[in-house]
Amino acid sequence: MSATSIYEYANPAQFERVADRAFTLALIAALVLGAFGLYFALFNSPADYQQGETVRIMYVHVPAAWMAMFCYSAMAAASAAGFIWKHPLADVAAKETAPIGAGFTFLALVTGSLWGKPMWGAWWAWDARLTSVLILFFLYIGYMTLWRAIPDKTRAAKLAAILAIVGFVNVPIIKFSVDWWNSLHQPASIIRADGPTIHGSMLTPLFLMIGAYMAGYVAMLLASMKNELAARRLARMEQLETTKPAGLVER
Amino acid sequence: MSAFAAVIVRDVTLAFRAGGGALQAVSFFALTIVLFALAVGPDLSLMSDIASPVLWAGALLATMISLEQIYRPDREDGSLDALVECGDSLVFIALAKALAHWISTGLLLVAAAPLLALLLNLEGSALAPLVISLLIGTVGLSLIGAFAGALAAALPRAGVLIAVIVSPLYAPILIFGSGAASAGAAGDPQYGANLMLLAASSLFAAIISPLASAAALRFNLD
Amino acid sequence: MVSSDRWRWERAPVWSAAMSDASAFAVSLSARDLAVARGGRIIVENVSLDLKPGDAIVLKGANGAGKTTLLRALAGLLPPAAGEITLSDEDARVFCGTLNASKAALSVDENLQFWTALYDAPSGAAVSARSALGLDAFAARPAGQLSTGYARRLGLARLLIANRPLWFVDEPIAGLDAGSVKTFEAILNQHREKGGGVIVATHEAIDIPNARMMEISH
Repeated sequence: MSATSIYEYANPAQFERVADRAFTLALIAALVLGAFGLYFALFNSPADYQQGETVRIMYVHVPAAWMAMFCYSAMAAASAAGFIWKHPLADVAAKETAPIGAGFTFLALVTGSLWGKPMWGAWWAWDARLTSVLILFFLYIGYMTLWRAIPDKTRAAKLAAILAIVGFVNVPIIKFSVDWWNSLHQPASIIRADGPTIHGSMLTPLFLMIGAYMAGYVAMLLASMKNELAARRLARMEQLETTKPAGLVER
Repeated sequence: MSAFAAVIVRDVTLAFRAGGGALQAVSFFALTIVLFALAVGPDLSLMSDIASPVLWAGALLATMISLEQIYRPDREDGSLDALVECGDSLVFIALAKALAHWISTGLLLVAAAPLLALLLNLEGSALAPLVISLLIGTVGLSLIGAFAGALAAALPRAGVLIAVIVSPLYAPILIFGSGAASAGAAGDPQYGANLMLLAASSLFAAIISPLASAAALRFNLD
Repeated sequence: MVSSDRWRWERAPVWSAAMSDASAFAVSLSARDLAVARGGRIIVENVSLDLKPGDAIVLKGANGAGKTTLLRALAGLLPPAAGEITLSDEDARVFCGTLNASKAALSVDENLQFWTALYDAPSGAAVSARSALGLDAFAARPAGQLSTGYARRLGLARLLIANRPLWFVDEPIAGLDAGSVKTFEAILNQHREKGGGVIVATHEAIDIPNARMMEISH
């Protein structure tokens, strides 16, 4: 056996062949869906009878909030896969999902704040959904900070995976506790993606935007996974020049 | 004495010896309360309104600063190896470590809370809900915190990292704990529900934390 | 591909027939095609060795060659990157690293008693280990106040208290004077006479009769 890195147990070469094509497809899908979605969202959907034109922020906000949770779930699933089957590509996927998910989460927070301002008269009113998203943002920050803090990437992958899984298990509890907290202290939320305020003509741009975000996520994930794998290969080649694995000899 | 009990006795003993963390956490708790009062100003009625939540947040912060001391010393002096290879399951050892942290930190914070409550002009009727909620909640804080400590066992100067990791995980306990203390003070019927949810959160942490800590420790052995 | 049998139980070869003494050990360990990694990179590979009752192996190798990593893997503290370790009793191993695993703020006796409870040893184990390693005069002294040599003796006491068949010892005699080295060599011999096996990783010259020398090299 001539393996010099446990990363070689995966097959990155095969991944990269598939990734290149998938990246192009996902990028095109994201751009096309996004263009149609924004057209419907901005020009071809009704203004809300209560919220007026500001309701159009919803088409950016709701898919972002949805992606925030989706990416965290994907991260936890990839972490579990990396932990159980020890597949390094799963570890890389989990690691590279985090900043993308944190980006969507941040977008959801900013757009939520913008959306709420005319309603609440304040940029931040501790709305239950937004507060949950804020805590989710800090879960992402914790995960990324742990990755950065551990120099040994093999160890970092394992420990970050455990954190992602524990965080994922806690998400429903956090969500419930924030809803509970909010119902005690605050009136019900104004921002709702469900319920009677959604008109049928609003669903088309909403789904188009969700599709665009999903495709955008896939494209960004593939691109950053490729980068990460290339960086690791480079680091491995540098190490290879200085050290080869030794054997044990009886004297 | 079983390994489980031996770990608790050793860690609690160490916490109270010179260089141990027990008194540091309580001192920090007292200082956050004093600094907070100084920042608010001597408005007694405002203080008594916010006393319970402030004490809860202070206890949480004081727990947080002591988490680094749970596993890092054991990793640095080699005794983590002994804990791993002893006959007992590492999951139980991790539970013992978290309970030892609670005894040497959480219990002291609970004991100090009534005194600090006096400083914040907390009403007498609010004292029992505060102490009861802290008693139940600090168990969960120690358990979840021990998991964060286990993740960072091999990292020097991990105090801030641990705080960043643990803060979002602490949110439910803070909400239910502080909620129980406030509801109890106001005679609100939600008091019991908050306490039940707080106890459920601590119990859930008692199941998840030892498992997750043991898994994390196994990757911090080299 | 990556496998560790720390969680797997297999039947032992029947050594016990030869061992009538109740205190005798009869556990052997066998490693096949072992590879160990440090920092995600395999540093030692193709390791196959057998450690039978009474065996001693001295592990040599340059600094950074991977002695400690290999020793920890054999001791069950690190999952191997490849290969298998087979032994009949998972709790047969005790690892004594370069660190002494003692708490500076606890006295010598408190440290010994903690290990006694931790390894579920009989209550007399602490005292007999203390005298075997010449620590009687320091029983009540905080471990943090011991000299380097005596602190090392305290660390080695863990091997005696744990009373397990297989010892994995990393640099046991670094910092020890000639007398202490003799003491440790005698302890090793007693352990082997009882049927115990031992792997010692060291740079120092250590006198272990009939020990196999193994070197990590390219």
